Amino acid sequence: MLAAIKRPGWYRAVLGAFAGAAFGVGLVVVLRAISGLPIWQTEQTGYPHVVVPLITGPLGFLAGLGCFDYWLRWAVGAPTIPEDHSQHGARNWKDYFRFNTDHKVIGIQYICTTFFFFFLSGLMAMLIRAELAQPGTQIVDAATYNSLFSTHAVLMIFVFVIPVFAGIANYVLPLMIGAPDMAFPRLNALSFWMLPVAGLLFVGSFLAPGGAFDAGWTGYAPLSTGAPLGQSFFNLGVQFAGASSIATALNFLVTIITMRAPGMTFWRMPLLVWANLSTSLLVVAATPFIAGVQFMVLFDRILHTNFFDFGAGGDVVSYQHIFWFYSHPAVYIMILPGFGIISEVISTHARKPIFGYRLMALALIGIIVLSYSVWAHHMFVAGMFSWLRVPMMFTTLLIAVPTGIKIFSWLGTLFFGKIHTYSTAMLFALAFIVTFTIGGISGVMLGMVPIDIHVSDTYFIVAHIHFVLFGGSVFTIFAGIYHWFPKMTGRMYDERLGRVHFWGTLVGTWGTFIPMHWVGMDGMPRRVADYASQFGEWNLLISIFAFILGAVQLVFLYNMIVSWRYGPRAEGNPWRANSIEWQVSSPPPIFNFDEIPRVVGGPYEFGVPGARHAIMAGEGAEVKEPQPTVVGSP
Amino acid sequence: MLAAPMYGRLPIVKMLLVTLAGTAAISAVMLSINWDGQEGSTAAPKIDDLLNVMIVLSSFVFSLVMVMLFYALWKFKAKPGDESDGEPIHGNTRLEIAWTLIPTIIVLFGGAYSWKVLNDIEDKGSNPMTIDVFSQQYAWSFGYPGKGMKFIEGEMHVPVDRTIQFKMHSQDVIHSFWVPEWRIKKDNVPGITTTAIVTPNKVGTYQLICTELCGFGHASMRAKVVVESPEKFEKWVTGLKKEIPDEFIKSIEQDTETNPSEPLDAGGA
Repeated sequence: MLAAIKRPGWYRAVLGAFAGAAFGVGLVVVLRAISGLPIWQTEQTGYPHVVVPLITGPLGFLAGLGCFDYWLRWAVGAPTIPEDHSQHGARNWKDYFRFNTDHKVIGIQYICTTFFFFFLSGLMAMLIRAELAQPGTQIVDAATYNSLFSTHAVLMIFVFVIPVFAGIANYVLPLMIGAPDMAFPRLNALSFWMLPVAGLLFVGSFLAPGGAFDAGWTGYAPLSTGAPLGQSFFNLGVQFAGASSIATALNFLVTIITMRAPGMTFWRMPLLVWANLSTSLLVVAATPFIAGVQFMVLFDRILHTNFFDFGAGGDVVSYQHIFWFYSHPAVYIMILPGFGIISEVISTHARKPIFGYRLMALALIGIIVLSYSVWAHHMFVAGMFSWLRVPMMFTTLLIAVPTGIKIFSWLGTLFFGKIHTYSTAMLFALAFIVTFTIGGISGVMLGMVPIDIHVSDTYFIVAHIHFVLFGGSVFTIFAGIYHWFPKMTGRMYDERLGRVHFWGTLVGTWGTFIPMHWVGMDGMPRRVADYASQFGEWNLLISIFAFILGAVQLVFLYNMIVSWRYGPRAEGNPWRANSIEWQVSSPPPIFNFDEIPRVVGGPYEFGVPGARHAIMAGEGAEVKEPQPTVVGSP
Repeated sequence: MLAAPMYGRLPIVKMLLVTLAGTAAISAVMLSINWDGQEGSTAAPKIDDLLNVMIVLSSFVFSLVMVMLFYALWKFKAKPGDESDGEPIHGNTRLEIAWTLIPTIIVLFGGAYSWKVLNDIEDKGSNPMTIDVFSQQYAWSFGYPGKGMKFIEGEMHVPVDRTIQFKMHSQDVIHSFWVPEWRIKKDNVPGITTTAIVTPNKVGTYQLICTELCGFGHASMRAKVVVESPEKFEKWVTGLKKEIPDEFIKSIEQDTETNPSEPLDAGGA
């Protein structure tokens, strides 16, 4: 038993969580005693006896799980344990529940964890739509309703869309650039394990007195600074999710910049790699802003600072500036990796080189540069200094240009190709182009100040963000999951069920979110548990489509689980793709490559006679034999 | 028209014609729908016109995307069993420049048009009447500083065809002032005074809706808005009994103006 506690693992993790929490409570007690404050009195919103353990408990859990073992030994000068790869790779299912440094295991861990939160948050969406199916209050009261939509958004954004892309890229990207793993495998494992902590903090807020956080995912001050304890769970969950996100982004940056296979110049990187490079640049620079602003809210709540207290010299609107300085780039964090996925899927299934590859990469860079200069378009009616509105309107409208370049280039890729639509991944990619175009169009309209003044904070906004986040990001996530499912699991999924899922999702998405545009413009505000009866019929229709959309996700879940267990074995390269991850077995060997591949050409050289992207280990001998010359295209 | 020979093989003229037909059809349907509802202020038709122009331009972009997508799917779909690759076309510089420049021109046009509309709808005119809006969880109240500091809770009357400058204040959290028929919205922010300009031009009864999440009572935070003839309004406002309470006066004095360059306008009409 003692040995089990000393070893990194779940026993030690649980022990560590309790020890960390106890330390936190002790710290609060001691500090309050020293400061002469009553030891046990809890301020109305502060609850330091709960908030501090919420920080130290998870840190104890992570330490117990083994996330810091190697570094701590190094830091205190103890002999480090020689790397014997015992924590690398999955030999059985239990290895997926451990601290594991293999990027492929971490990728699977990410994807499964994030989809758990996707379904949980989806259930909340179903409750929301059930409540909204009729005017009046039927299922949940107004306070619970506010908690539900806040948690729904926070789970979807912070522990589904952002990290699931990190998960897919974690699995695919090192293989794609011919690297044996990520640059910092232990940091990678830590990044993953911070994620369930964040998710549990968000969900756990339902247990807090006063209910889960209910100030929306935006958590505007002063509503959030005066909210009950649940809000602190949000403030802290964002810290863990944010730290996870930043560490992963650093890891991707170093991996992409330093670990590409010989011959893979920047202009030979697949667009998924370009997409994650630009996303990571956004994350490392923008995410600290939301971490900072949530700390400021937390300090206002428990230390009684006055950052956003208007009665004491604080500035209410500054919360929104800092928040959106992260949260607008965050929408690109939530779509750029998806752009990368769509490029891979479309090029492969249209059997054509990406149209305008360099402009596609430059458009990504254009988006990240512009995305830092548009945040105030969320604040056109917020009462900020009014001159900022027109310049931010122009930058917002201009960001449609690089996005449009991507749409047209994907369409251009289809022309003169040989388009195969048997794969569900390709269906989602094609549908993404259409739904995302609609989301982009409503985005341009929202960028225009006069229109925004009318539709701001209405259901038009709800419609727009779901078109870009569900019809956009989530469609690309589905495309990516279907596309790399054979690679990740070594099995094929059922295309018939995939089609059911695809058509149900497409109809459900349009049926749910298209009418929302109208009810919003016609006068229905967002974030309301009840609404004017004139919108009753539209809302009933929206709810029915939402239930279809929800139900059809169960088909996806069934397909994934059953195919993973019983699906037919997948070949190494079932889609006949060019990039390196498809040139190894499915699933890939534990250490990816026996020998690092050599990259000799671009990633999308479909139809170019004799062109190769990479030469794999063992092929060197073949190349020497008298064969058609291997032509590398620049 | 385009340089690369392969585009000579595309029925570009036909595709453009179908795109234009699609634009016309989608625009016709979309413009026949009254998206924003009833128009009740001078700003409303200007905003709705902007929206309609954008709907037509968007219909064109959407039709173009759909025509390209479905033409490609129809023409270049692989036959069953065909394992060959497509043609190795890597791009076309002229085309790429075109789909960079044309959208740029469209959005810059939209931006300039919006800028003009914004200036129009925020024009205060020479003689605006000031009404103070007070918001708190979960109620609205209104003060008439130019009319003997009269005050009323939960209901606001305004004269028709008169430019009104709303000065907004919040006592607790952020609320937002929205009358959909007027197309005007502005947050009421604790600690600052925000301003909105409206010229209601249709007599009737409307609803003022809070559009910024402000707590569990957010959905029911509404007030009645009556637009009536100046005579009726004068009679109504002089008949009011209460005056703006001291705590609200205090908040007006403490709040900072968001646009300090504007003269402080306490007297109004």
